[in-house]
Amino acid sequence: MSALFPLIVEAAVTRRHGKVLVGPVDLTLDAGGATIVIGPNGAGKTSLLRMLHGIARLHSGRIEWACDQDTARARQAFVFQTPVMLRRTVQDNLAYPLRLIGMRRTESRAKAAEMAARIGLEEALGRPATVLSGGERQKLALGRALIRSPDLLFLDEPCASLDGRAMREVEDILTTAVRDGTRLIMSTHNMGQAKRLASDVVFLLGGKIHEQGDAKSFFETPSTAQARAFLKGDIVE
Amino acid sequence: MGDLWDGLSQAFFLLVTLDADLVEITLRSLRVTLTALVIATVIALPLGALLAVRRFRMRRFVIAVMNALMGLPPVVVGLIVYLMLSRSGPFGVFGLLFTPTAMIVAQVIIIVPLIASIAHQALRELWSDYHDLLLSLNTNHVQRMSALLWDGRRALLTASLAGFGRAIGEVGAIMVVGGNIDHHTRVLTTAIALETGKGDFALALALGFVLIGLAIAVNLAIHWLTQTEREGRW
Repeated sequence: MSALFPLIVEAAVTRRHGKVLVGPVDLTLDAGGATIVIGPNGAGKTSLLRMLHGIARLHSGRIEWACDQDTARARQAFVFQTPVMLRRTVQDNLAYPLRLIGMRRTESRAKAAEMAARIGLEEALGRPATVLSGGERQKLALGRALIRSPDLLFLDEPCASLDGRAMREVEDILTTAVRDGTRLIMSTHNMGQAKRLASDVVFLLGGKIHEQGDAKSFFETPSTAQARAFLKGDIVE
Repeated sequence: MGDLWDGLSQAFFLLVTLDADLVEITLRSLRVTLTALVIATVIALPLGALLAVRRFRMRRFVIAVMNALMGLPPVVVGLIVYLMLSRSGPFGVFGLLFTPTAMIVAQVIIIVPLIASIAHQALRELWSDYHDLLLSLNTNHVQRMSALLWDGRRALLTASLAGFGRAIGEVGAIMVVGGNIDHHTRVLTTAIALETGKGDFALALALGFVLIGLAIAVNLAIHWLTQTEREGRW
């Protein structure tokens, strides 16, 4: 059982320039599985993920982990929609989170090489990260996020600009991560991907959680008209 | 045109014969400027990185002042350093006036704002790229600055080279605090000023050509050593 969970979110709100981006949000998450956050553009998916991860300011409410905040942050990782590449080699990108926690250079580089093999980038170890293709960049960002074996991984539309093959490779990595005990909270626009990966779903609308439940019942029998309309592909406001 | 040609031929002659005075002045110029550059770089690069990653009251004011100080008049710097180091000044007890150390102090004051400003510009853009990732990785300020300084090292090299260019060609401040004393504080720029004053334009030009050649050689050497402009590097 992960030391992070249960995660309890109560009336959490984040604002920007005075405007509420997300909230008030109430949510309880246990360990294991993949929570997929869906909703129309501007619903607040990215803001919700950033707020839960702690890189967007919590203006009111509370986010409580089962451990203290510092431990909680150390056990999480975040993969951004546009992967951020450090101006270093693939190996040094992968090793960077390990170097931050004080691991020796040789050991961290060895672990980076292992991770590169796991994500299919072993041939690119010595290449600068900035010359990788979009799919390779996203795999590298995933590998870098997973290298510290986080209990919780946030992913903000990680496959938004990937082709089918790259998407499948990313999903395989995510499936393996979940099997190894990492909890996912991921936003996506891709309903097929949501169905393939989700154990439960959070449907956001207007910055608030409109519907939440296990994936099977959400996709088969959504309880609100807006969720039904969204799943049908209608425009939802 | 005749003076230019005389200058070129005299510069060639001085170099080929390894004129003892020229070698001495050139080495002193390099020693003073490179020492000032190292000290200024150690101060300015972390300062540029700090201004990129930290948000504090008066930050914009500090940046504006730093940018304004890029155009600091060297003679004024020389005068202030002179007053500080003169016998009646607060640091007079150290007896540094009219020594190469005083020249280094003046050059450091002149080039720190220049290097820090250019570094800040470069690192600010890098920080906007790295911001979310480094926050997500729960890094502290030192780790953020280290990441920026390491990954931005190619751009920072440009900042340092700009500082070198400003320092090696500086004359006003080091003339005031160094005194242009033969075999002691005379450097290429002050020697050029002296020879021009004496009307020996050919020798002044020769020294000028040596100075330009030196600046280009140091730039090329640093680029070669740091392997910039090579495929796959930043």
